[in-house]
Amino acid sequence: MDEPKPASVIASATAEPPPEPLPPPETQPGDIARERPPARALQWRSKVEALVIPCGAIAVALVLFGIFVWTQGANPFAVFASIYKAAFASTRSFENTLVRAAPIMLCALGTAIPLRLGMVVIGNEGALVMGGLMATAAGLLVVEAPALVVQLTMAGAGMVAGGTWLLIVGALKHYRGVNETISSLLMNFIGIALLNQAVNSWMKDPSSLNKPSSFPIPEEKMLTPLGTTDVHWGIVFGVVFCIVAYILIHKTTFGFQIRTIGANIRAAQLAGLAVGKVTLVTCFIAGAAPGLAGMVEVAAVHGVANESLNVWYGNAGILVAFLARQNALACIVVSVMLGGLLASGGILQRSHQLPDATILVFQGIVFLCILYSESLYGKFSIFQEKKS
Amino acid sequence: MTDAESLGWWGVPIAVLGGALRGGTPFLLVSAGECLTEKSGKTNLGLEGVLLIGAMTAYAVSVNTGNPWAGLLAAGMAGMVLGFIHAVLAQQPKVNDIAAGIAMIIFGSGLAFFFGKAYIQPVAEQLPGIEFGWWSSHPAIRSALRICPLFFFGVAVVFLMQWFFESTRWGLFVRAVGDKPDAARAMGISVWGVRTCSIMAGSFLAGLAGAYLSLYYPGSWTEKISGGQGMIAVALVIFARWNPVGCLWASLLFGGAQALGPALQSVGISSYYYLFNASPYILTLLVMVLTCTNKKQLAGQPGALGASS
Amino acid sequence: MKKLAKIIGSLALAFTLSCGAAVAEDVTMGFIYVGAKDDYGYNQAHAEGKEGVAKMPGVKTVEEAQVPETNDVQETMRNMIDQDGAVVVFPTSFGYFDPHILKVAKKYPKVQFLHCGGLYDAAKHPANVGSYFGYIDEAQYIAGIVAAHTSKTGKLGFIAAKPIPQVLRNINSFTLGARSVKPTVTVQVIFTGDWAMPVKEAEAATSLIDQGVDVLTCHVDSPKVIVQTAEKRGIYVCGYHANQASIAPKGYLTGAEWNWSAVYGQYAKAIKEGKTLENGGIPHLVRGGLKEGFVKVSAYGPAVSDAAKKDADAALAKFMDGSMVIYKGEIKDNTGKVVIPAGTELKQQDPVLEKMDYLVEGVIGSTK
Repeated sequence: MDEPKPASVIASATAEPPPEPLPPPETQPGDIARERPPARALQWRSKVEALVIPCGAIAVALVLFGIFVWTQGANPFAVFASIYKAAFASTRSFENTLVRAAPIMLCALGTAIPLRLGMVVIGNEGALVMGGLMATAAGLLVVEAPALVVQLTMAGAGMVAGGTWLLIVGALKHYRGVNETISSLLMNFIGIALLNQAVNSWMKDPSSLNKPSSFPIPEEKMLTPLGTTDVHWGIVFGVVFCIVAYILIHKTTFGFQIRTIGANIRAAQLAGLAVGKVTLVTCFIAGAAPGLAGMVEVAAVHGVANESLNVWYGNAGILVAFLARQNALACIVVSVMLGGLLASGGILQRSHQLPDATILVFQGIVFLCILYSESLYGKFSIFQEKKS
Repeated sequence: MTDAESLGWWGVPIAVLGGALRGGTPFLLVSAGECLTEKSGKTNLGLEGVLLIGAMTAYAVSVNTGNPWAGLLAAGMAGMVLGFIHAVLAQQPKVNDIAAGIAMIIFGSGLAFFFGKAYIQPVAEQLPGIEFGWWSSHPAIRSALRICPLFFFGVAVVFLMQWFFESTRWGLFVRAVGDKPDAARAMGISVWGVRTCSIMAGSFLAGLAGAYLSLYYPGSWTEKISGGQGMIAVALVIFARWNPVGCLWASLLFGGAQALGPALQSVGISSYYYLFNASPYILTLLVMVLTCTNKKQLAGQPGALGASS
Repeated sequence: MKKLAKIIGSLALAFTLSCGAAVAEDVTMGFIYVGAKDDYGYNQAHAEGKEGVAKMPGVKTVEEAQVPETNDVQETMRNMIDQDGAVVVFPTSFGYFDPHILKVAKKYPKVQFLHCGGLYDAAKHPANVGSYFGYIDEAQYIAGIVAAHTSKTGKLGFIAAKPIPQVLRNINSFTLGARSVKPTVTVQVIFTGDWAMPVKEAEAATSLIDQGVDVLTCHVDSPKVIVQTAEKRGIYVCGYHANQASIAPKGYLTGAEWNWSAVYGQYAKAIKEGKTLENGGIPHLVRGGLKEGFVKVSAYGPAVSDAAKKDADAALAKFMDGSMVIYKGEIKDNTGKVVIPAGTELKQQDPVLEKMDYLVEGVIGSTK
C-alpha cells in the first residue's frame, strides 16, 4: 500500500479520491484517463472531503500543540486566542499575515509546478536569491528611467534569473539524468554563496557600512504599498501567478502535456510529446515564480540586495507546495495559513513568555499532521462517490 | 617565530587532512545512515533535524550525568524516535518523503531548540579522542591526528554495510525492497518493516553524528551547530552512488574541503571566501554532471527511490 | 514621595508623548533580537540589558527573539506598539535600521525608535529615531595588551564574521593595544563570512592554532565554540560580548563585554522623565565606552601575569579619565598606506571611525 511511484504523487493532485491503490504506471498505459474528472453531480463528496480532512488535521495539530504548551506551563486556550489575535483578528493582523504569505506563495510554485512533471525540485531558495540579485542589477542599470520601467525591468530580470536557475536543474535532469532534488539542493547553496560574494565585492555599495549590500534602488522607484494598507504588491503578484499557473496546467494544451508527462513519461514519449522542451519550459516557468519573489523582496521591502534575501521562504514554499497537493490555487490558501502561523510567532514570546522555538514546534506539528492527513483521502466511506 | 612551532604553507595540507578526519566524521555517519535509508527506497531529508536533536540530547545528557557515552547513546535513541515518525509518515500512501523530511527538519529543530535553551551555558563532559600523533612533537600534527573513536566506528559501519548489502540475506531484503518492492512483497518480505528498520537505523547513525558535533568537534551545543550538514549528507549519498564505502571517501572529501577556506586564509589568501566556502557544493554538482547519464539508471540507485523518477 | 514622583513622571510623559491611554502607569519598552536571546553572545548581552531595566519600577518590557532583518521586524515593531502599547522600541541588530526602522518610524511619529549601532543623520532620518552604541573596541584594546603580554609566539589570532567597520575597528584596536606593549606582535585574522557558523569557526580556530597562534579572540555572534576550542588546544583566549570565563577556566585571559543594562537604564529614566528625541531631552546619537559604563573588561584570568595586569590597568585608567586616544597618527594600514597622518588624533566619538575600511599594520589579512 505504500508505493512511492511518481505517478501516485501526481495522481494525488486531483481532488478525486482514487478508488483503489494505484497500479504502477508501467501496467497502465491509459493513465491519462484517470485525470479526467468524474461526472459533475458526484463531485460534491470529494469536495467536502478535501475541506474536512485538512481542517481535521489542523484541529488535531492544535490539540497536540495545546498539550505541549500546557506541559510547559502555559494556558493553551490563552495561547490559541493569542495566535488568532495575531494572525487574523484585525485588519492590521491580517495585513501582517498577507505580507508574510506573499513570498511563500511564489516560492511554493517553484516546487508545485515541476511536481506536475513528476520532478521534486527544491531549489526555490536559490532561485529567489538569484532573482533578487539579478533584479537589483538590472534595476540599477536602468535606474534613471521612470519608476514603471525600472519595476518592469526588475521583474523581468528577476523572473529570467530565477527561471534560468531552475532551467539548469531541468536541463541537467533531461540531458544528463542528474537527480533534480539533489542538484536543486546544491544550487541553493551555490546561489546563496553567489549572492553573498556579489554584495560583498562586485556589487557592494561602499556606504553600506555594517551590513554589506548592493547599491540601493531609489525609494521613488520602488513598489508602493497597496492603497492605504501596508500590504505590498507581492501578494497581488503571488495570487495572479498562482491563478495563471493553475490555468496553464489545467486548461491549456501545454498543461495537458505537462500532466501527461507527469503521469507516465514513457507513454508521453511514445505519444510523440517533446518531453525535453516541455520539461525545460516548465522548469523555467517554475523558477520565474521564486525569482519574482526575490524581485519583490528587493523592490518592495529592502531596496537593496543583501543576505536578508535568504530567510527560509524557499523551504516554506516546498512545504506549501506539498500541503497544497501541488494545486496552484490551493497554494494561495495554504500560504495565507502559514503566513498567519508565522505572524503569531511573536505573540507567543511577548505575551506568554514561551521560548522563540515554540513557533517552530507548532509549525512542525501542524505540517506533520497535515501531511499525515494526505493518506486519509478515500479512507472514509462517507466521502466515497457511489459507484453508478 | 621559529619553524618548529609554525607550519606555514604546510599548514594547509595538515589542516585539510585534519579537517577531513574531524569535519568528515559527522558527514560519514549521516551519509552512511542515509545510504541505508535510501537503499530501502525512501529518502530522509529530515536528518538535519535528527542531527540537531542528537546534538542537543547528547549534550544535555552529558551535562546531567557527566557521562558523554550515555549522551551518545541517548542521541542515537532520540534519533531513532524521530526516524520512527518519519518512517510512519513517509510510508503513508500519497505522502511524499521529501515533504515529510522538510516537516521533520522543522519539527526536530523546533524540539531541539526548545529543550536546548537550558544547555547553552553549561559545559558538558566531552567524548575522548585517541592520540595517533604521539610520535610527533608538533602540536598541530598531534591535534590533526587526535581522532574520535566515532570516526573508526563510522569506518567500521560503512565496511560492514557494504558486506551487509553484498553478502547477507538481510542486505538482499533491503535492496529488494528498494529496487522492486512488488517483487519483494511477492517474496513475502514486509516492505513496511524493512523500510521502517532502515530509516530508524539511519536516524540512529545521524543521532550519533549529532552527538559528535556537540560532544567532540566543534564540541558545543549551539542552535547553529548543524549548519545544513544533514542536508548535504543526503547529497553525499548520491555523490557516493549509494555505495557505503563511497560515502567514506565522499565524507572525507567534504570534511577536507570545509577546512580549505579557513586554512587558506590563515596563510594569507583571503579573497572570495564565500565562493571558497561553496566549493564543496560546486564540486559535487560538477561530479554529478560529469558522471551521470540519462541513458540508463545510475549503478546502485534503488529503483523505487521516490525522489528520482 | 517616590510614588508622587512616579505620577508626575508619567504625567509629564503622557503630556509630551500625547498618547496618555497607552502609558497610564508604566512605560512599555520593546526589545527585538535577531537571534536566540540565550546565545551566550551578542543577543544575550542585549537580553541581559533588558532584564536589568525590567526590574526598574514603572517599566514594563516585552521582547521578541529570532526576528529576521526583513518585513518580519517591521511587523514585530508594529505589534509591539499596537498590541503591547510600547512607547519605545530597541531593535538591536544593525540590519534592522535601513529600511525597516526608518519605514516604521515615519508611521508612528509618537514612538521612540532607538537603534543599536546605526549612524543617525538628522538630514535624512525621522526625528523620532535615535542611535546608541558602545565603544567596545576600548575593551578590545585592553584585551590586546593582555594578549601580547601572554603570547609566547607573538602571534595572535582574530576570528571575525565579516570585514565591516564595527568588526574592523575591533580588530584594529586589539592590534594597536597589543603592539603598544610589544611592537613585533602580529594578528592573523580569518573571516568566516557568517555571524554564526560553529563548524567553520572551530575550523578557523584550529588552523590559526596550527599556524602558531597562541592567543585567540573573535567577533562573531556566539564565541562559545571558539573559546572552547582554544581551551581544548591549551592556548589562551579573550572573550567577546559576554564573560565566557566559565567555559575556559585555564585559558581565559580577559574579554570585552557589553553592559547594556546601564544604557537601557539611562534611556528608561529619561523617558520616564518625559524626555524624548524630538524635544531634545534624549540625544539622537548616544555613544559611550569604558568611562561611561557602556562596556566593561572581564576580570583577569589566572594566566595573566602581573606585568600584563599593570599595563592593562594603566590603559584602563587612561580610558577612565578620558586621556586615552587609540587612533593617534601616524597609523599605517597593512598595505603600507598611511590612513591617519602623523599629528592627527581621532577621538572615539569621531564618526570617521565608524566607517573604517582598513586593517592596521600588524594585521595579516585583507578586507576584500
